[in-house]
Amino acid sequence: MAAVTSVGETPVAAPARRPAGMQAGRRRRLNIFRYVVFTIFGLFFLLPLLAMARFSLEAPNKLGTWSVQAWRQIASYQNTGIPPLLSSIELTLELAVITCAVMLVLLLPTMIWVRLRVRWLARTIEFLCLLPLTIPAIVLVVGLAYIYNRIQRIELSTLMLFWVYVILALPYAYRALSAGLTAIDVTTLSEAARSLGASWFTVIVRVIAPNMRAAILNAVVLTVALVLGEFTIAYLLLYTNLQVELYSISRNTPNAGVLFSTSLAVLMFTFVLLLIVSYAGRRRRGRG
Amino acid sequence: MEGLSRHYGPVVALDRLDLTLQPGELIVLLGPSGCGKTTTLRLLAGLEDADIGQIFVGGKDITRLPASKRDMGMVFQAYSLFPHMTVRQNVAFGLRLRRVGAAQRDQRAMDMLDLVGLAEQATRYPHQLSGGQQQRVALARALAIEPQVLLLDEPLSALDAKVRAQLRDEIRRIQLEVGITTLFVTHDQEEALAIADRVGVMREGHIEQLAPPTEVYSRPATSFVAEFVGLSNRLSGEVRDGNVIVRGFTLPLVERETPDGQVVALVRPEAVTLASDDAPESGALVGTVIAVTFLGATSRVTVDLGDTTVLAQLSTADATALPAGSRVALTIRPDPVLVSASSDPAVSVAGEEA
Amino acid sequence: MAVAATTKTGARPSRAGRRLSAPAWVGTVPFFAYVAIFLIWPTGIVIVDAVKNPSGAWAFSNLSEFGNPVLRGYFIGSFKLCLISSVTGAVFGAILAYAVASGDPDGLIRRLYIAVSGVLAQTGGVTLAFAFLVLIGPVGLLFHASWYFDFPWGIGLIYTYFQIPLMVLVFMPAIDGLKVQWREASENLGASSWQYWRHVGGPLLLPAFLGATLLLFANALSAFATIQAWENQIPYIVPQQISTALSSEVGLNNVNEADLLALGMIIMVAIVMTGYALLLRRAARWLR
Repeated sequence: MAAVTSVGETPVAAPARRPAGMQAGRRRRLNIFRYVVFTIFGLFFLLPLLAMARFSLEAPNKLGTWSVQAWRQIASYQNTGIPPLLSSIELTLELAVITCAVMLVLLLPTMIWVRLRVRWLARTIEFLCLLPLTIPAIVLVVGLAYIYNRIQRIELSTLMLFWVYVILALPYAYRALSAGLTAIDVTTLSEAARSLGASWFTVIVRVIAPNMRAAILNAVVLTVALVLGEFTIAYLLLYTNLQVELYSISRNTPNAGVLFSTSLAVLMFTFVLLLIVSYAGRRRRGRG
Repeated sequence: MEGLSRHYGPVVALDRLDLTLQPGELIVLLGPSGCGKTTTLRLLAGLEDADIGQIFVGGKDITRLPASKRDMGMVFQAYSLFPHMTVRQNVAFGLRLRRVGAAQRDQRAMDMLDLVGLAEQATRYPHQLSGGQQQRVALARALAIEPQVLLLDEPLSALDAKVRAQLRDEIRRIQLEVGITTLFVTHDQEEALAIADRVGVMREGHIEQLAPPTEVYSRPATSFVAEFVGLSNRLSGEVRDGNVIVRGFTLPLVERETPDGQVVALVRPEAVTLASDDAPESGALVGTVIAVTFLGATSRVTVDLGDTTVLAQLSTADATALPAGSRVALTIRPDPVLVSASSDPAVSVAGEEA
Repeated sequence: MAVAATTKTGARPSRAGRRLSAPAWVGTVPFFAYVAIFLIWPTGIVIVDAVKNPSGAWAFSNLSEFGNPVLRGYFIGSFKLCLISSVTGAVFGAILAYAVASGDPDGLIRRLYIAVSGVLAQTGGVTLAFAFLVLIGPVGLLFHASWYFDFPWGIGLIYTYFQIPLMVLVFMPAIDGLKVQWREASENLGASSWQYWRHVGGPLLLPAFLGATLLLFANALSAFATIQAWENQIPYIVPQQISTALSSEVGLNNVNEADLLALGMIIMVAIVMTGYALLLRRAARWLR
């Protein structure tokens, strides 16, 4: 019903929330509470970040003056004994991409397949996917260290870390994808596609995945965030990724500006990604 | 208790609405989505504020009173039972808030559950009950606090058709038994006509007609009401001297002062009579049956008159004599009809798009 | 978007194509294989080696090492830190989650805070340590907190920084699940705000809240990077000690210390996650 933007009518299939439908007095009190909360927490979260920003913009030997050198150093920083910062960044980004790709190829078809044909395995899959939350990375490392020792000195590229990273990402990716799968009627879509002659590959790639765009993006962003922030396994297995590199730098030259600029860059990058994805998800709500 | 009256300025949802309920009566607000019926109810409950206007209950102005202090019982469309409480705890909740003693509470809760016929379910949880049972518990809960007014917000909309009809009559029975003033909101005209003392047909924020069901049906005040409540045939005709001439039939007008001219007359299917073609009355129109829709006791027959189609409602027995394809003689009974100026964009039949 | 179901379930769509000769679950083999190799196997190694001698013989007596006060100290340290940070994170996170959830579901504030939470919950510990170091460390911008390097206070604060966002992410769905009708119904029956929370809202949210707290606890338990970057000389908690044990030759006699610690961690986390799963099931039933 177009013209009536009525105060009380609930649009169909909306979230069960009707912020407009509340008494004025209560609404006012609630809003005061909300803004107070947002301010306090906003400050709490912002302050450390601002401190980092401040340090990242400080000229190295002249306190009190501004300079963007720390930011430029992201691309150029180099010290003896450790690889150039940029190469670690590139490496970690590549790792992120590979991890995402493998994760999607491994998880998405499996989840779809299970939902379609092997429902009785759904619980098991879910359990396995949530297991990495229960088995901390640190524990995995202990086990992996033994495997590593057995493989004896094969100089594995840092990129080989992706095998483990996929496991680490499973809980987050599973939840994101699962939410997406639940929202669409996978069975009907795939049956319709199959009855029109599509192969399973086509069904997954061209029918189901496009309908899960938001969920897939979510899973990807979460995985990227995870890889960019991962330290424990890389460190203990003696590889150098972004976080390990930052750590090494901080041991050599604590308070080096580049530490803060890089960290902030990663944070902002992840933040923007997440924000974009949240918009991609909402567009569907507009209907009905 | 005096009932209430309300008066609003031009808020988009409600437009200067006045409504008074008499003690003990059941008024049904009927209308399409967005007409403001739910808003009216929620304003009465105190769940929303009016921009302009006042609400009185028993002579007292309660406009500024918060929802929790108003003495009303409300039944929502769905999901309103507290899932972590048993049925009895749900029903007793209002009493508990009023610090009624435990024994007394439980007794009253059981009384209410008896009233709605669910005494054996007292220790179950809401998710173990069917939709119809849940709504009955909601009703018991609302009545347990002995409110002055009972409010029902489309309580049957989420239920299956069969359950809906049953529960609807139950609600009416209980309402009469308790004698409580009740406001009931729905978009289903069958519900409205079946149980109301008075029906208020609403459209875009105001009440088009407020009258007992029979009157709303047979003497609709506006063409919107005529089209929304029950089915109507729209036939062109000409007004002359307080009657309208439709296809040669002279039909009296509801509004005798309608000026002469071309209009669209709204003719009820029950006013259309069909007979087989053998011995047509003089003046009868001749047409062909296109379809017969079986509705149980009655059937609806669609007749093609060449340039237009007409719906007629007959008993099924009569209708079986006139299968699709047969030629019929059609007459229109001279019931008073409503007319509207030719192209009035009234809502289509039965009120709802799919 | 109505898709008419072509057939009801039961009609196998593969009738249109070639009938697979293998049972359907074969399609999940790649996933299971992957998880088996990179998750189950390392974990298995840890568990098994914990009860073996360095020479390879079975030695269940190793388990008695859990009585060793030094070892116990690490676990108690972990426990203290996790308890503080998870309870604090849970309480404040719940408040923030409520503030965010009670607003416009499509609004900017909600998106922002969810994105922020997503970023901060995943932030590498290294970054966090940097941030707080420059905020309240020895050359802190805000002030120098003399307790910054005290365990568990300084590190506890840092933990809270990522626990609160995690709480927001985990707990907000539960708040969203509170149906507006419950609030309205209770108001209609005469309940004040306080009474609503006491009788309806609170009890309904309690399982989810407790479950979320447990999740926070498990999350804190597994954290390694943060404390490593905070102050890497002294192992206060189990993950750190594992790291030390892995890299040093000196450990407890005849015991694979790292494995033992890891086993202890697995048990702790497993207990916590089981509790979480149980509570979640209760909450899900009510708040679906």
